[in-house]
Amino acid sequence: MSTSNFTRRGVLKTGAIAGAGVALPTIFTAGSASAFTNEPTGSTVKLGFNVPQSGPYADEGLDELRAQKLAVEHLNGGGDGGMLSTFNSKVLDGTGILGKKVEFVTGDTQTKSDAARASAKSMIEKDGVVMINGGSSSGVAIAVQGLCQEAGVIFMAGLTHSNDTTGKDKKANGFRHFFNAYMSGAALAPVLAKAYGTDRKAYHLTADYTWGWTQEESIASATEAVGWQTVKKVRTPVGAGDFSSYITPVLNSGADVLILNHYGRDMINSITQAVQFGLRDKMVNGKQFEIVVPLYSELMAEGAGEAIKGVYGSMNWNWQLDNPGTKAFVKSFGEKYGRPPSNSAQTCYVQTLLYADAVQRAGSFNPCAVVEALEGFEFDGMGNGPTLYRAADHQCFKDVLVMKGKENPTNQFDILEIVELTPRAQVEYAPDHPMFAGGNLGKCNPGA
Amino acid sequence: MLGLNKRDTKFLIIVILLTLFTPFLMQPFSENSALAQFNGGYPDLMAKVAIFGIFAMGFNILFGLTGYLSFGHAAFLGVGSYAAVWMFKLLTLNVFPAIILAVILSAVFSLLIGYISLRRSGIYFSILTLAMAEMSYRLAYSVLTPLTNGETGLQVRPNDPRILDSATSANYPNLFGLELSSSYKWDVLNHVFTFNVGYYFCAVIAIIAFYISMRIFRSPFGLMLRAVKTNQQRMNYTGLNPRPYTLAAFVISGMYAGLAGGLLAAMDPLAGAERMQWTASGEVVIMTILGGAGTLLGPVLGAGSIKYLENIFSKINENVLHDWFSFLPTGLQDAVVWVLSRFTGEGWALTLGLLFMLVVTFLPGGLVEGGQRLVRLFRRRGKPDGGDDPQHHPDPAPHVAE
Repeated sequence: MSTSNFTRRGVLKTGAIAGAGVALPTIFTAGSASAFTNEPTGSTVKLGFNVPQSGPYADEGLDELRAQKLAVEHLNGGGDGGMLSTFNSKVLDGTGILGKKVEFVTGDTQTKSDAARASAKSMIEKDGVVMINGGSSSGVAIAVQGLCQEAGVIFMAGLTHSNDTTGKDKKANGFRHFFNAYMSGAALAPVLAKAYGTDRKAYHLTADYTWGWTQEESIASATEAVGWQTVKKVRTPVGAGDFSSYITPVLNSGADVLILNHYGRDMINSITQAVQFGLRDKMVNGKQFEIVVPLYSELMAEGAGEAIKGVYGSMNWNWQLDNPGTKAFVKSFGEKYGRPPSNSAQTCYVQTLLYADAVQRAGSFNPCAVVEALEGFEFDGMGNGPTLYRAADHQCFKDVLVMKGKENPTNQFDILEIVELTPRAQVEYAPDHPMFAGGNLGKCNPGA
Repeated sequence: MLGLNKRDTKFLIIVILLTLFTPFLMQPFSENSALAQFNGGYPDLMAKVAIFGIFAMGFNILFGLTGYLSFGHAAFLGVGSYAAVWMFKLLTLNVFPAIILAVILSAVFSLLIGYISLRRSGIYFSILTLAMAEMSYRLAYSVLTPLTNGETGLQVRPNDPRILDSATSANYPNLFGLELSSSYKWDVLNHVFTFNVGYYFCAVIAIIAFYISMRIFRSPFGLMLRAVKTNQQRMNYTGLNPRPYTLAAFVISGMYAGLAGGLLAAMDPLAGAERMQWTASGEVVIMTILGGAGTLLGPVLGAGSIKYLENIFSKINENVLHDWFSFLPTGLQDAVVWVLSRFTGEGWALTLGLLFMLVVTFLPGGLVEGGQRLVRLFRRRGKPDGGDDPQHHPDPAPHVAE
């Protein structure tokens, strides 16, 4: 059955065909005519909303999606226009972006870097999106940001709080509106020192990925600066569900504050279990035992219910803020969905508008033009007060909110109260701060 | 040709043609038509089909031939990916060293796991492999964080050493300077066909892998593996020790998985621990059974259909459904959309589950059997197929070796 025909002619022929095969792809690379990836040519432009629709952060993802749909509606001139009327840049007029109607596609990140990249990739390659927005995990944000840099599209990060997103892993095509762990630490530590004193012993339970690591580092260093000691730092897997085996050792550790570097359903589970174990009724070292959740969200607070009463945390934005941008946004979101928006929803909404505005000002969808328009951009009227997109690391700088679980909530959405609005100057840092050093923004990549 | 008989040569040529024309085959609908949603001819999906085709082909060498059901093959895929990304970080972004190391490392790893797990057969073997894979996943996820970067995933960074690359060389995985992500778009008759370097690279490797698996199926070694599946006890009584054969099959399929992992990393230089999770191991089992375990083409078909479902069905969200059914009155439309949206979008796995159930119940031989039945239906010669069927394999034996 076996026949081999290694004649000289045969070998030559095969060699020639193989050579042609190797040469062929080089013809391909030269073919492309457009100036950048997915240049919109028709009367529409497509944006990609890549949010977790399953996994421990799914609640946040669904709220982000609501906000993104609202933003698209407002950009296309539907609804009441939301923040478009309060935004101090007035180039957006409700006719889409550069006259093109805005369309969108959605994807499920599953809160996993692999799945998020696959879904972003298919948005870029199949659906032809020019910008990707959303996400609710820093691991995912960093992974997708890297992908967008390679592919030559803009990434407007959603909820990502790790220092690395605009630190070690910053990318020229990526922009973050949300605040970060360092800012949380800088805003929280003084408030905590005032409320709980300066000689506390803290025990950290930390979600085991980039966000958890940098938040643990930031909070530990900020609280140590006001005199606290860090007893122990324990890492827990994301989506663990049951935290009881991590909580029991806290009781015997001599710590009198438990810092939960958890988010989403993880945080709901860990704080509920910590309260069930009676941690908050304990007296340790002659002091009342306390729990701190450095990164808060309305959806988590809603899920945790009673357990968060009196617990301190920080937020990027809250619907109770008293400014025109917030009021306009809460009104149109509330009318459409019957609930106030979460802070991740606000970030995604604002990011979508900021992208549209930058394209409009630059007069082009080219990622490099958009990067130039966003770098060093100062704006106001988006609910956070005067805000700066810093050119050095593409991080937004604005006031940070310190929050506390309300003791006597009046309704299901009224569960957090604003303790302090920490001014922007207090949370600013140098781009080469040790917690952010080691990254390289690189050059903007238009792809194609 | 190439040591194959005529029939197999024809079979191989058909497979090669199918692979080369995938950019056309997976892009059947024109851009502006309502069915454009179902086009799958974009580089990422095509490359995934080829890569998971390789993964399933390798798995089939173990499961299809010996009947040993491994529930931990994703571990080798993960090892391959991590090895490849480390090569990208340390040596060069050229894909060859990365893929070679991925295969070698997964071979070593599968030798280790196979040596331990193959002491048992049947359900105990499956559980052992599952346990091993879960251990590897946990290690990658948290214990070995310095090596794997945990949940965040291992990525290529601009400040990696990459000692073989000069400052001017490409910044993305490449084939001697030719970036895998570069592609040529051919816009013709309202169709856009994408020819991607990365896809063709994966496709060539998949064809080679297919050829090797064909040779294994037809070889005396393949016959021994089938003997293990059919009646291991009788084989023992004949004085043959099945373990070297099963171990060899295990290592070969581990290498296939490592190769697939390396290619995954080459197409997208990121390695996350999730790809070692038990769901990923389960996926390859489903691919193989869906397509047809023990057949040559089955696993590739299974991989293709699952990846297609995952990427295309998961994109049909409620908005799209509302568009489709906008001709219905509002109440009925909402009801229809509500029901269908459970099976599309993030509910695509439900569709997959149904499909799997139907295939296993009515087509135990998988999609390949479905194809054969169709062919027989059209031929209507009344001649029973069998004897000279290239897909011939021994009478169906229980899928888990006893």
